[in-house]
Amino acid sequence: MSRDSPPSPAPQWLIRVAVLLTVVLGVNYVVWRWLFSVNWNAWWIAVPLIVAETYSIIDALLFGTTVWKVKRRGAAPPPPPDATVDVFVTTYNEPLDLVQNTALAARDIHHPHRTWILDDGSRTELRDWAAAHGIGWIRRSEDWVDRPRHAKAGNINNALMQTEGEFLLILDADQVPVPEILDKTLGWFTDPEVALVQTPQYFVNVPKHDPLGSQAPLFYGPIQQGKDGWNAAFFCGSNAVLRREALMQLGVSRYAAEVETAVRRALKTSDRVLRSAREELDEDDERLVAAIDEVAAEVRHARAELDQGVALADVTYGFQQRIDVVSDRLVADDLTAVRADLEVIAGLEGAIAQESSPLAVLDEVALDRVSRRAWSPLGALETVRTLIGAVDMSRDDEAQPVMPLATISVTEDMATAMRMHAMGWRSVYHHEVLAHGLAPEDLGSMLTQRLRWAQGTMQVMFRENPLVVKGLSIPQRLMYFSTMWSYLSGFAAVVYVTAPVLYLTFGVLPVQSLSSEFFARLIPFLLVNQLMFLVVGKGVPTWRGQQYSLVLFPTWIKSVTSAFGNVFLGRHLDFSVTPKERPVTDGPQWHLVKPQLIVMGALVVAVGLGMVRLAVGQADPLGIWANVAWVLYDLLIFSVVIQAVLYRGPEPETEPQTQPQPKEGSAP
Amino acid sequence: MSDFEVTVTDDGVGVVRPLDRLTMVSAKRFTGHVADLIGGGTSRIVVDLSGTGFVDSSGLGALIAGLKSARQAGGDLRLAAPTEQVLTILSLTNLDKVLRPRDSVADAF
Repeated sequence: MSRDSPPSPAPQWLIRVAVLLTVVLGVNYVVWRWLFSVNWNAWWIAVPLIVAETYSIIDALLFGTTVWKVKRRGAAPPPPPDATVDVFVTTYNEPLDLVQNTALAARDIHHPHRTWILDDGSRTELRDWAAAHGIGWIRRSEDWVDRPRHAKAGNINNALMQTEGEFLLILDADQVPVPEILDKTLGWFTDPEVALVQTPQYFVNVPKHDPLGSQAPLFYGPIQQGKDGWNAAFFCGSNAVLRREALMQLGVSRYAAEVETAVRRALKTSDRVLRSAREELDEDDERLVAAIDEVAAEVRHARAELDQGVALADVTYGFQQRIDVVSDRLVADDLTAVRADLEVIAGLEGAIAQESSPLAVLDEVALDRVSRRAWSPLGALETVRTLIGAVDMSRDDEAQPVMPLATISVTEDMATAMRMHAMGWRSVYHHEVLAHGLAPEDLGSMLTQRLRWAQGTMQVMFRENPLVVKGLSIPQRLMYFSTMWSYLSGFAAVVYVTAPVLYLTFGVLPVQSLSSEFFARLIPFLLVNQLMFLVVGKGVPTWRGQQYSLVLFPTWIKSVTSAFGNVFLGRHLDFSVTPKERPVTDGPQWHLVKPQLIVMGALVVAVGLGMVRLAVGQADPLGIWANVAWVLYDLLIFSVVIQAVLYRGPEPETEPQTQPQPKEGSAP
Repeated sequence: MSDFEVTVTDDGVGVVRPLDRLTMVSAKRFTGHVADLIGGGTSRIVVDLSGTGFVDSSGLGALIAGLKSARQAGGDLRLAAPTEQVLTILSLTNLDKVLRPRDSVADAF
């Protein structure tokens, strides 16, 4: 794939042999472990350990499924004639020279196209510069004021409404394209079912030893090629070409589905609000009783119409008209009585606009809060009107009714691709570096970026789990689930460092015995598992990725808990944009890796204590040495954090690599 | 390029008639016509699809955007006399559950 001769990949039959061996030995080991070897007396560590081991084996099986059908595509056919293309350079707050450098390279792409800077920072100097260089400049329209902005997804959705190219090349502000990028990728769209062509993300500001694990050559290589084999190549947010028709079709059908859900939920909430208002009501106030009853009857009527399949637009139009009549009649009277409620209702609209609640009124948590509040009768009527208005066909809660890029997650790319696959579109992974990017250069930015990816993936898992989404094939479900599953590794990592510490320090053994049968089942599995990685990533150092998938356990755990809190409890995600510049504070940022340093300290102390217990004859030598070996392996893995903390960015004189140096990125 | 016919009926209903196609190429002009009608005080709008052979998803997006503008102005946007292809794409995207096309412009309001 690169200009120089790349290491030739392993033949597919060899990969499959390695996968089969891993499956057989892995299942053989874990079944035996569950049935015959768990030390139930120490269940509090034995059960976590066997669960963690089971997790890892499922992870290996999913990886094996991915690489079973590695698809190595060659060059694409020639581009479809007269293809019209918009090139989007997305930016929020990156330095101007960085954006400009990318925009100029985008403008100079050979295939005919129009170039646009999608400036979420709305910077006038960038607008003027773009105009002077023949580049378009797009900022958010008025509609986005006081409405959820949806970060990058919102930025692109906004631009989609203002452009008309048949295809869209999406570039992050720090991904500089080569002039041939469109000539080499558009040809895949001659298949009318192809909606997406993703190319690798490759970073030029990363030294060979890649201390921050920035390159993800196993992901932008065998993993994406494997997913491609199952028609599940992922969209990764940048360096990808999309078909507008597919995106718009997605947006329109999501609109149809979401409007229906939103209207149904709003009607249901209205029903509850009215019912409780009716109970509070003094029966003597006949005027209000009649009004509430009238509106409640309209709500029931609207719900019945929906159940009968009457078109939504007709249901809501008639409903609105009739409610307005009732409501106007009443509100004209004693306004003071409802002022307090009106303020709360205004607050409700504000809450709807918050980023924390990306589904806005679709959010059941928010609706529940609304329905539990005790409203005055007039307040109840206004609430109903506001609720229905917010979810009316115009989706007043959102800046634009049609949102082609998914907004359910801070990583819009994965959710969008999954929905496209569910609608029957195809995707392509084109394994050729056609853009050169910049990776974060310090540990803090790197951690923020990984957290964001992991959180986004977890949001999708909780909101639209691929195992239950309609329309996906079984392999596609597994491909999406596999990536989500890999982000759960943080919990397993905690167990993997705790178990040896407990044994060395207190002699707690989570398995019944360290028998020869135990080792006879475990060691062959570990060996073939490593062999599988070796074969799949032939000529590719997979070590850095293996390290980070374990070492970043605090990040992975936080991603799961924060996404859970966000999706199910309506909490903020603390989302932040990945910074592209180094922070102002200088010096090693040891505090960023405190949990890892504590783990390393505990491991070292545990080895010392184990040695003491061995010396005084209190411990079983085999057990001690096996656990010391385990600890040394853990320490070797964790040692990368020292390198990462001390890393000061690339040396200026370092020759940037001109071709991918693949390393593993089990956490893309 | 005049690919739309825009008229206002005696009842004050605006009629937009896309000629031939309503696609990503013409969607922005369609939105402009709807905005002009609403700006001129006509918020009840019918899109006459009898002469429209092809609508793509961007065209549907423009219809939804028009519906939004009309509703916000206190009116409505309705579809009339769709061709077979348009019915197909409406049902493919489930938009037929939202918008029920009327048989003719006269039936729309």
